[in-house]
Amino acid sequence: MSIVDLTVHELVEKLEKKELTITEINKAYAERIKEKEPEVGAFISDLSEDALEEAKKIEEKVSNGEIKNENHLAGIPIAIKDNMCVKGTRTTCASKMLENFVAPYDATVIEKLKAENLTFLGKVNMDEFAMGASTEYSALQKTKNPWNLNCVPGGSSGGSAAVVASKMAPWALGSDTGGSIRQPASFCGIVGLKPTYGLVSRYGLVAFASSLDQIGPMTRDVRDNAMLLNLIVGHDEHDSTSIKTEKKDYTKALVNDVKGLKIGLPKEYFGEGINEEVKASIDKVIEKYKELGAEVEECSLDIAEYALATYYIIACAEASSNLGRFDGIRYGYRTKNFKTLKDIYRNSRTEGFGDEVKRRIILGTYVLSSGYYDAYYKKAQQVRTLVRQEFNKAFEKYDLILTPTSPTTAFEIGTKSNNPLEMYLADICTVSINIAGVPAISVPCGTSSKGLPIGFQLIGKHFDEETIYRAAYTYEQNTDFKGLEG
Amino acid sequence: MAREDYEVVIGLEVHAELSTKSKIFCSCSTEFGGDPNTHCCPICMAMPGTLPVLNEKVVEYAVKAGLATNCEISRNSKNDRKNYFYPDLPKAYQISQYDMPLCENGYVEIETENGPKKIRLLRIHIEEDAGKLNHDPYRGGSLVDLNRAGVPLIETVSMPDISSSAEAEAYLRKLKSIFEYIEVSDCKMQEGSLRADVNVSIRKKGETKLGTRTEMKNMNSFKSIVRAIEYEINRQVEVLDNGGVVSQESLRWDDALGKTFSMRDKEDAQDYRYFPDPDLVAIRLSDEYIEEIRRNLPELPESRRKRYIEEFKLPEYDAKMITASKYLSNMFEKAVEICNNPKSVSNWIMSDIARILNEKELEPSEIPFTAEELGELVVLIDKGTISSAIAKKVLDELFVNPKSPQKIVEEKGWVQISDEGAIKEVVLKVLENNQQSVADYKAGKDKALGFLVGQAMKETKGKANPQMLNKMFLDELKK
Amino acid sequence: MEVSREEILHIANLANLNLDENEIDKYILNLQDILNFANVVNNAPIDGLSETIGATENYNVFRKDEVKEYKDIEGLLQNAPEQDENMFKIPKVIN
Repeated sequence: MSIVDLTVHELVEKLEKKELTITEINKAYAERIKEKEPEVGAFISDLSEDALEEAKKIEEKVSNGEIKNENHLAGIPIAIKDNMCVKGTRTTCASKMLENFVAPYDATVIEKLKAENLTFLGKVNMDEFAMGASTEYSALQKTKNPWNLNCVPGGSSGGSAAVVASKMAPWALGSDTGGSIRQPASFCGIVGLKPTYGLVSRYGLVAFASSLDQIGPMTRDVRDNAMLLNLIVGHDEHDSTSIKTEKKDYTKALVNDVKGLKIGLPKEYFGEGINEEVKASIDKVIEKYKELGAEVEECSLDIAEYALATYYIIACAEASSNLGRFDGIRYGYRTKNFKTLKDIYRNSRTEGFGDEVKRRIILGTYVLSSGYYDAYYKKAQQVRTLVRQEFNKAFEKYDLILTPTSPTTAFEIGTKSNNPLEMYLADICTVSINIAGVPAISVPCGTSSKGLPIGFQLIGKHFDEETIYRAAYTYEQNTDFKGLEG
Repeated sequence: MAREDYEVVIGLEVHAELSTKSKIFCSCSTEFGGDPNTHCCPICMAMPGTLPVLNEKVVEYAVKAGLATNCEISRNSKNDRKNYFYPDLPKAYQISQYDMPLCENGYVEIETENGPKKIRLLRIHIEEDAGKLNHDPYRGGSLVDLNRAGVPLIETVSMPDISSSAEAEAYLRKLKSIFEYIEVSDCKMQEGSLRADVNVSIRKKGETKLGTRTEMKNMNSFKSIVRAIEYEINRQVEVLDNGGVVSQESLRWDDALGKTFSMRDKEDAQDYRYFPDPDLVAIRLSDEYIEEIRRNLPELPESRRKRYIEEFKLPEYDAKMITASKYLSNMFEKAVEICNNPKSVSNWIMSDIARILNEKELEPSEIPFTAEELGELVVLIDKGTISSAIAKKVLDELFVNPKSPQKIVEEKGWVQISDEGAIKEVVLKVLENNQQSVADYKAGKDKALGFLVGQAMKETKGKANPQMLNKMFLDELKK
Repeated sequence: MEVSREEILHIANLANLNLDENEIDKYILNLQDILNFANVVNNAPIDGLSETIGATENYNVFRKDEVKEYKDIEGLLQNAPEQDENMFKIPKVIN
């Protein structure tokens, strides 16, 4: 077994036992990236050489006591989705608009990782401004699913999922606005958590839809996931929507026991449109939970369609406003073709944004514009209240809700629908979670006949990541999903 | 038809920069001036990924302003985004308040030639200021400086209750005075910390429907506001008289040319797509919070004016003028503490100081000397150290080269001559040289005494104690 | 839901985007499709429900009125496409 096959908790153990050094780990990853990156294409900025240099310094500081290293995570490498600001490095959002943008500051999550002395292997690919579900909307490069290089890794955090699955990084940060952590996690056979809205600071995350965006951990297993969540949570005075909560150690929730846990299966999420193989795989998960002593029963959560419509209204409305700042004046792409200020605005934005981004800006501008606000945006905000209420009701009866993460497995590159609406409908399982603001995880539960991973989703109550972790961990401990080998 | 056949309807939107130390959504300084883009950070420069956090003082100041203008304070409020593109607006939206402003339904009272009049306020809301565009004089083009971007503002929107440029000025002066009193804004118009958008429409007298209004943007002196309103009224009258229609538009007032210009470029797509800012959370104000602010509200001009009339026995007019400016009023009170002569301090402020301010086009806050120095000046007169004639010269000097009046008097050798021997010497000399006047006086022409005293004053460069001079001349002439 | 050509051009103008002639029809169709779907929000049982404002039930999150000087001004200007005298340069605008 080579270094890159190990999970982070295994790496930490070996570091503690001095069976491995920080430099060795970072070197192994730098080499792995050299080997695998040409076929996967996940890194927009490959910083693994810098990480190695940094690792050497950290190793020295750890050995001479300059770094206390209480969590034993100093020198552990990580990959970052390219919509989080890392000072002095490019933060592109996979857009031509920000292709050469160098972030002047660190996102709060990055500050937190730096405080633990993690090293940064690089910034990874995504759908442009996180708008998409296959990473094909990256304006900068194509990323392939390591399980099958003809397939997409999912998205928008496709780069993060691909580097973790292909062992080019032990773990990664992604962001999730409507499923962007969970769906690629499911497509790439890894664990991805979207935390409760407000648990992780958004400061420094380039906004797509402010009221839905949340940063979360993407990891090889559930324990790593809890460990990475431990590092990034916490109230941030720079983010008004971040919540003051007591400090928890999420690894304490990793108990191999689901006896008596009540799990609801909303029938609306198991209806038509769900691929048969996916359904069969989820059925096995359900059987497993029953076998392990959980109380699993069908329930109704009749909001899936409303939530999806609401999602596209709210996400696009917020995006249309959030992306106004890309105007070619202070940073970002500026057209060469201008005489007047208006030319700068229009040509820079038209040339700098990709089609999907423009489509969503247009939709968002439309639903906010005079005469349509009440019919769409205002209604959507009311539906949002409804979605929350329905989730709250469901959680009066159940500790967790279980659904597929995605109706399908990874599809082939270039075969995503040209019909945007059809494409949006594929997000049906994940978006209502962001609308409600609750946490949810995607856990791998098998592979399809074509050898592509399938994931299931566990949804929890607001700020109850612990129960999610407990159930996910128990499932993982009692099954034997194998990550990608080789 | 003549202008008198029309009724004028004016509403004002007044923007006042709040005198907080830091900006509304980040910790940058609000200090005026500074090199371009030095009072900036990733947040007010709208770097990707940054988020706003509301300055608590901004809410407090807005509530203060609301209470001081008789507004209802909203228990539930929020921030909204107003979306439009302009180079001085780095996020391409201004964080403002749309349908739930912090303060609503207030009023202020102004004096008009027909007596007091209430101007109703629709609302006061909080928002952020924009940056500044400078012209590049050498290479052409414009340059964007974001030092002012994110400075907190309150926007006070009046109802269209104002019916002349004079009332508009009185209203604006009143607001300015209130905001200064409660110390939420320094209202320095020359620095742009108080500015007004003016909506003007006219209608035939007796007509109940409002005419089409035009909006003149961003004016920052009383004079230009009055001129602009006058110009715009005349323009609209002319348009209507010629059978035309006034079109609803934004206008830019060019003070140098004395004309308004259409600002169609800024208008071309006016749909601000307001929606609640998802980066900020709701504002909920408790009764206790609001009452606490009400309890600590400083004394307002009205109450001071009454106090001056009762306590200091000032004439109503003087009390009103002095209390109109908090700066002047504070100066008055401090000077009185020193000299204990309110009548005299008031006279100095109302006559000579007011005249000089007017001549030099200064605001009271720009008076270069301190209240202590003014008080000392009055003390010097009351003690007989200087005459009022000399005091006027000292005051002039205070405007040019402010320092302790005692020092000025000493340095310039303006101390009043109260030495009997010295005065007698002058009196005798003047009598000697003006035999004719002595004769006139003795022949019953009392005026001649005044002439003689004047001559003696001239002789002593105004320094002789006038009471002593008078008395000594009378004594000598009786001999 | 019918979206007119005029409307889509107005919206593109608000968003400061150019639409190619041949893109306009595509955008209209896409937008109509999505809006037709989005209309399901009108069938949701939302009578009497308030609007969710923001994503959390948090309120009154304030910062103290304290000045912190930001030191890295250079970092803020480094990405400017064009600058002059530490200001962002744009074509002439009448203020």
